[in-house]
Amino acid sequence: MQATHAASHADVHHDHDHDLGFWRKYVFSIDHKVIGIQYGLTALAFLLFGFFLMLMMRWQIAKPGQPIPIVGPLLEAVLGQVAAKGIMSPDLYNSFGAMHGTIMVFLAIVPLASGAFGNYLVPLQVGANDMAFPRLNMVSYQFYFFGGIIMFASFFIPGGAAQAGWTSYAPLSLAIPTDGQTFWLLGMVFLITSSLLGSANIIVTIVQLRAPGLTWMRLPFFVWAQFVASFLLLLAFPPLEAAGIMQLMDKVAGTSMFLPSGLAVGGPLDNVSGGGSPLLWQHLFWFLAHPEVYVLILPAMGIISEIIANNTRKPLWGYRSLVYASLGLGFMSFIVWAHHMYLTGMGTVIATFFQTTTMIISIPSVIILTCLLISLWGGSIRFNTPMLFSLAFLPMFGIGGLTGLPLGFSASDIHLHDTYYVIAHFHYVVAPGTIFALFAGIYFWYPKLTGRMMNEFWGKVHFWLSFVFMNLIFQPMFAQGMAGMLRRMSDGGANYATSVLAKSGVEVTGSLSDMIIRLNNYILWAAVGLALAQIPFIINLFWSIKNGQKVKNDNPWDATTLEWQTPTPPPHGNFLKEPSVYRGPYEYSPLGGKGSDFLPQTEPEGVAQTSSTKH
Amino acid sequence: MEIPYAVKPRPDTGVYNAKLGMWLFLASEVMLFGGLFSAYILLRVGAPEGTWTQGLLDIRLGTINTVILAFSAVTTLLAWAACKVRDFGKFKMWHGLTILLALVFLGIKSYEYRDKFSHFQIRKADGTYVDGHIAGSKYVDAAGQEREIHHGFRGKTFTEGEKEFTLASVTLNGYEAETLKEINQPERGHKHEHKDITVPAAEIKKIGNYGPAHNTFTAIYFTMTGLHALHILGGVLVIAYFWGPGSKMWHTEPDRFTNRIEVSGLFWHFVDLVWIFLFPILYLT
Amino acid sequence: MDDLKPSDLGSYTRRCFYVFFAVICGTALMVAASLSPISSSGLRISLILVIAAVNATLVATFLMHIVTEKRFVLVVLAFTAIFFVALIGLSSYAQHDVPAIVAPR
Repeated sequence: MQATHAASHADVHHDHDHDLGFWRKYVFSIDHKVIGIQYGLTALAFLLFGFFLMLMMRWQIAKPGQPIPIVGPLLEAVLGQVAAKGIMSPDLYNSFGAMHGTIMVFLAIVPLASGAFGNYLVPLQVGANDMAFPRLNMVSYQFYFFGGIIMFASFFIPGGAAQAGWTSYAPLSLAIPTDGQTFWLLGMVFLITSSLLGSANIIVTIVQLRAPGLTWMRLPFFVWAQFVASFLLLLAFPPLEAAGIMQLMDKVAGTSMFLPSGLAVGGPLDNVSGGGSPLLWQHLFWFLAHPEVYVLILPAMGIISEIIANNTRKPLWGYRSLVYASLGLGFMSFIVWAHHMYLTGMGTVIATFFQTTTMIISIPSVIILTCLLISLWGGSIRFNTPMLFSLAFLPMFGIGGLTGLPLGFSASDIHLHDTYYVIAHFHYVVAPGTIFALFAGIYFWYPKLTGRMMNEFWGKVHFWLSFVFMNLIFQPMFAQGMAGMLRRMSDGGANYATSVLAKSGVEVTGSLSDMIIRLNNYILWAAVGLALAQIPFIINLFWSIKNGQKVKNDNPWDATTLEWQTPTPPPHGNFLKEPSVYRGPYEYSPLGGKGSDFLPQTEPEGVAQTSSTKH
Repeated sequence: MEIPYAVKPRPDTGVYNAKLGMWLFLASEVMLFGGLFSAYILLRVGAPEGTWTQGLLDIRLGTINTVILAFSAVTTLLAWAACKVRDFGKFKMWHGLTILLALVFLGIKSYEYRDKFSHFQIRKADGTYVDGHIAGSKYVDAAGQEREIHHGFRGKTFTEGEKEFTLASVTLNGYEAETLKEINQPERGHKHEHKDITVPAAEIKKIGNYGPAHNTFTAIYFTMTGLHALHILGGVLVIAYFWGPGSKMWHTEPDRFTNRIEVSGLFWHFVDLVWIFLFPILYLT
Repeated sequence: MDDLKPSDLGSYTRRCFYVFFAVICGTALMVAASLSPISSSGLRISLILVIAAVNATLVATFLMHIVTEKRFVLVVLAFTAIFFVALIGLSSYAQHDVPAIVAPR
């Protein structure tokens, strides 16, 4: 009697899911998996868009004042005077530069790492049937989407998009009279609200909806990484929201919270009261923007550890160290922000404080990297595409992290500040670092989403070309930066070139040698190469939905964590029956394994081993 | 499909989902106002000599609003307690009172805002100041016809139909001062004598009201209290919903409804908490 | 605060009103301090802020039931408090710690 009742109940649910119709099922869905895919597709589109902005800028840097081939006329047709004759004007260059940073950080990578991967995988990996607040989840995607629309629309308003860099430093951002900055601020308020709702949702899901038996130390490291990253978003973003509201007041209501007295921009700004503090903006901005670095990198590390454990067929080395290191990383990241501000006339006491904390925060990063490296030791590694990307992540993030140390010391930072060295440093962290991890994640979890594998050959082509071109792009920038080439110059430093200055009869020590300037050319073609390298990926991504090789079962990688214990693709509600967890997340090659070399977390039988005892 | 622990607390964490979610949201709100408080500090210590306004706001109104919010914090809690002991009538009474108190708070706040928008300061060509509430302004058009605006100011020029009127003079009910310091930071206990002062347009170098753009004090005052008022508004809308149409849930899922009242109450207490700090830093110091 | 029995309602209501009256007294003290003849503005401001902090603590502890709140919530709030203090403290300190401008020799 009871069984029939349950069965009919299940049938009702079954029908219910199918009755939703197109809009409720794909657009206004409250299913975390659909929302995750929405986040993913939107963020990937923005990633491509942000990359194209940079590609056009690289042309202008390498060949200042020459019309951009192919897209130049299109640019002129759409944007008008700022791209007259297909040539990028300095104003347009500034817009593109500001929006490249904004889009990449706030609209592409964070939504991809936290929005897409977090939304899709966290409930699955903790054994929940959805996020804790499904409707709120939908709303946070919609906020993100509207924020994106506002940012995107700002390109087409008179005067164009924001031009004051992704950091929007006042008073520059306020002195530019166009409306781009207002749009930027409005868009940011939407994006921040979205992040706050999303991160609170992820935290509650992890804390409250863990399956029976899934204790904290049995959580996959990916979940831990999302947990810490969500806390960073939750607590570091609000001060920037406050700052954004204040800058919006400055821009719209005529206040001068960030405009100092006596400021003159082409004549004194007579209509403002003055008395504002430009450094206030920098404090509030970097209070977010430094933790934001770890929001970018932690989920990436989470993805990498899942893939490395799976493909080395052995437990992660030092699981507990990884967890505590990521918690320490999260904590420390709140008190290092002013190392971005050494050049603002900061006193020695406060500079020493921030140098110290900055050096301390490198310790947990090194712990994580070391744990992942040692995890490779003695494994029988499967070199599939996701693993290749993961393996590349380790040295790339290593380069990015280590080159950050000179920037953490005020003495060396004063030389390197605002040069291409900084660009190279943080792109090594984010581009061949985080983006590679995200690619790895896409290749790895694609079969769970679609039931088909992505093409392995074209995946490897994508990897090797991306790997080579990424390095060709960013490695020369270290040299340029150390030679003193500043970022944000629309002529790529030509005005400071020794040969140009010599022609005009000026002799300047420390001008940029021809070799340094010529590197711009190599970087341009490497960037074009990187663009071409993405074509196999894009085709593979869509082609494989219908034509990829079918997975042999629900767990094609022989993985241990809970998301592989669901049907493929997981239905609304995820698990057929509530999972119970009996063991840690990485029980590969267990002692006394029965024929297979892994024990899923739901497997009650077999010798229990904790991931931290067997190395 | 049911989300677990939506109503009953999870045994090992001891909270239900919405409550934890609200606490996390409040944590982020703490940081939001943290950003504003640090802005307040940096603007205040960085203000040029004599430009930080003190004693501008009416302490009496501020005190009344503090008491109102503190009392509404109690009524919210008693509304929840009434739900907890299953007394729906008491719930209706207490939460009705909460809504009423919130509306009074917003009313007083908007009265204060209006007062600031009719409070003007004139910097005269000779560098001295006239400060006070607007008593009236005179305009002339090209034909020499005069127009008087009582208790109002319509900018340097305005057009009405075909005619363009130009400012002739402004009358403020206030006082004259040599420096900004006399206006912004008067000696303690000193009261300015107020009288009607008429300033001809030719002597006016700059004129403006005490809106957000007046100086950094009014900027941060309007930003902080404006954001706080938005929180009040949002909170009272939610509470009004639970009091009115949303209270239907009481008859079907009383436990879930009680949780909603508890969670919205947490938010309401936080709003009160913020005001407890806003009042002294803006009105009293 | 998960349990409230009907029999406890009276004492609970009374406790709420005690807190309310304490907050009112605190507010009155703040206003008095601000109007008082204490000439040092630093002392006056500190006094007012200390009273405000006491008021806020009362509201948070008793009206928001932090006193009986669960461990996870308390840990989150503790860290939030640390970051709040760090944000305000470090940015204020940075504002204060600037190198003196010395005329070049």
